[in-house]
Amino acid sequence: MSDTHAQTVPFVRDTMLPAAPPPTRESGAVKWLRENLFSGAVNTVLTILGILIIWFLVATFWDWFAHSVWNASSLTECRQIIAATWGENARGACFAVIRERWNQYVFGFYPQTLYWRPTMAFGLLMVALAPVLFSASLIIRRVVLAITTLATLLCMMVLGAPVGWLVFAALVLAGGLLASERNIAWLLPFSLIYPLLGVWFLWGGSLWGPIFVLVGPLLGWLAWRLLAGISPLLATVGAILVTVLFWLLLAGDAAQSAQAVLPLSIEAVRSDRFGGFLLSITIGVAGIALSLPLGIVLALARRSDMFLIKSLAVIFIEFIRGVPLITLLFVASLLLNYFLPPGTSFDIILRVIIMVTLFAAAYMAEVIRGGLAALPKGQYEAADALGLDYWKAQRLIVLPQALKISIPGIVSTFIGMFKDTTLVTFVGLYDPLKSMSDAVRANIEWKGIYWEPFIFVGAIFFLICFGMSRYSMYLERRLQRDHR
Amino acid sequence: MNEPINRQIDRSQMTISDEVAIDIRNMNKWYGSFHVLRDIDLTVHRGERIVIAGPSGSGKSTLIRCINRLEEHQAGHIVVDGVELSSDIKNIDKVRSEVGMVFQHFNLFPHLTVLENCTLAPIWVRKVPRKQAEATAMRFLEKVKIPEQADKYPGQLSGGQQQRVAIARSLCMQPRIMLFDEPTSALDPEMIKEVLDTMIELAEEGMTMICVTHEMGFAQAVANRVIFMDQGQIVEQNNPTDFFNNPKSERTKLFLSQILGH
Repeated sequence: MSDTHAQTVPFVRDTMLPAAPPPTRESGAVKWLRENLFSGAVNTVLTILGILIIWFLVATFWDWFAHSVWNASSLTECRQIIAATWGENARGACFAVIRERWNQYVFGFYPQTLYWRPTMAFGLLMVALAPVLFSASLIIRRVVLAITTLATLLCMMVLGAPVGWLVFAALVLAGGLLASERNIAWLLPFSLIYPLLGVWFLWGGSLWGPIFVLVGPLLGWLAWRLLAGISPLLATVGAILVTVLFWLLLAGDAAQSAQAVLPLSIEAVRSDRFGGFLLSITIGVAGIALSLPLGIVLALARRSDMFLIKSLAVIFIEFIRGVPLITLLFVASLLLNYFLPPGTSFDIILRVIIMVTLFAAAYMAEVIRGGLAALPKGQYEAADALGLDYWKAQRLIVLPQALKISIPGIVSTFIGMFKDTTLVTFVGLYDPLKSMSDAVRANIEWKGIYWEPFIFVGAIFFLICFGMSRYSMYLERRLQRDHR
Repeated sequence: MNEPINRQIDRSQMTISDEVAIDIRNMNKWYGSFHVLRDIDLTVHRGERIVIAGPSGSGKSTLIRCINRLEEHQAGHIVVDGVELSSDIKNIDKVRSEVGMVFQHFNLFPHLTVLENCTLAPIWVRKVPRKQAEATAMRFLEKVKIPEQADKYPGQLSGGQQQRVAIARSLCMQPRIMLFDEPTSALDPEMIKEVLDTMIELAEEGMTMICVTHEMGFAQAVANRVIFMDQGQIVEQNNPTDFFNNPKSERTKLFLSQILGH
């Protein structure tokens, strides 16, 4: 030490120190291992214990997987192959059931000659989703749409789609690719009409049905325009009333008359032919698409200053959340018909979709309410102070931020809802996990096979749900606006 | 605190007209049973620059937040630009689009860029075409001296820069009256000056301003009336020279000695 002391000698720095790199004593894998796995006696023991448990699990199941058979026409044949190849006492998985019953797991009892229709519907769904899900990144869009185009056309060809529809699908897919390169917003009109197209592709029948369903909201919009000058509330009520009345009273007859004049129809497929992943994905996609907007409306209603609206929202949310989904599904399948006017027959899948949507929307509303509550009051005040009215403030300022905060919760709800689609087994629909596997086992060839179908269906569910989870993380990163 | 105002203020443009911009009569407000504002009478003429001072909890912020109805008053009248504030939503929106407000915590929209923050209200409330709104926004961003930050997000700016963006955002609506609610209270000392300079420039252009602030140097340099509030009422109002050099009420003297005395 020198003789100088900080207390006695004034100090002035005349050169600033440059930034220096951190010391390079330890780095890389060794450092990571030491810090994370072997940082002390307890951690070392736990690490070794963990490795032993993993080893035990892998050792137990490895043989079973390694001995799996992918080519056989019955469980008995599977066992014979395993015994012949690996010895009398060897155990092995018989994934041949997946290979043999693949179509059944994917399409249910959908007519085999029409498999190309759900395939096309799924491919075009990706085009419709592109402007909503992948609007930000050209590269992601390009990859997703290119793979979709190739896969859809290839599958349609293999499944024997008519040339006319192949050309139609190719045109739409090419249009999607072109729009994605130029301006993805061009696809938004397609996204808007896709729900009707998709329903038509899946269920078939007359095109006039979906067209007149579309006419309802158009008439409603006209009514809104006419009444908007008088009172916004009256206009909204009028628009909803006109739409619903048109659907209930006129749409059916109009569609029939139009069909009589100009027949435009493809082969109809009844709802009880749906099954497997086609059913799960149909219910899941419809439920996701409908429950988010409904959840937003419910969340806003629950925070409303208007007593009646707030009470209705609270009652709805608390009732739906307080009841098991299966109860609602039973109501949909058994009781709903008693409450509807006689003669109206309501499609079972549509009824299930409505119930699943209401169920998910109640959870969604609470998740979004959390996001709304997390916004600082200053955001509302700033929007008010600039003169934005309630709906503009919600749309431009509040919801974009609240929804961003709620992304993890929203996607959680989606994932939960998608997995809950397997519960439709209780109302006699063929979900892939239970009903479809039971149907497979009902055959003498596959009687007694349990593990393999469950593992297969579980793996597909995992892939889809994990994909949603990763997408939500990507979205969160993309929407991050601070500290960049 | 030492006041950072040392520039020569040009008062030549700062003319006050006879036209009444804000007229508050007998206004009272309660939070539950707590009487926050008591019998407020205040007339502001066009071009006037008013500074409201007072201890915390005295109702200064509540008063200016009543002027654009972020807070509701329960008795009395508030007339802004000839429009009476009542529960009529059309009137409220009309007043709000004519009155700009700058907040203590900026309240910028973090999910929008600086430019989008500035163009949002003109496009959606005033129905200005986007191109034109962007041109106007750039003009005001240049005025507050941060045009180069237009494409950044608020979270990437310093506090002083954010507050200047907030001022520009209000100005883009071309308001006739500006309200400032402690605009420098959340800022580091080094950034206070840049915000005050912007406000002084605005004052020099003849903007009608009401500022709640503890910056007494700013009050001396810019205000033509200082209002002192305590316990929800106006205790004293005067021109800045007399207010600071010759306060009348004991409460004012005590307040001034406490904030200027060190």
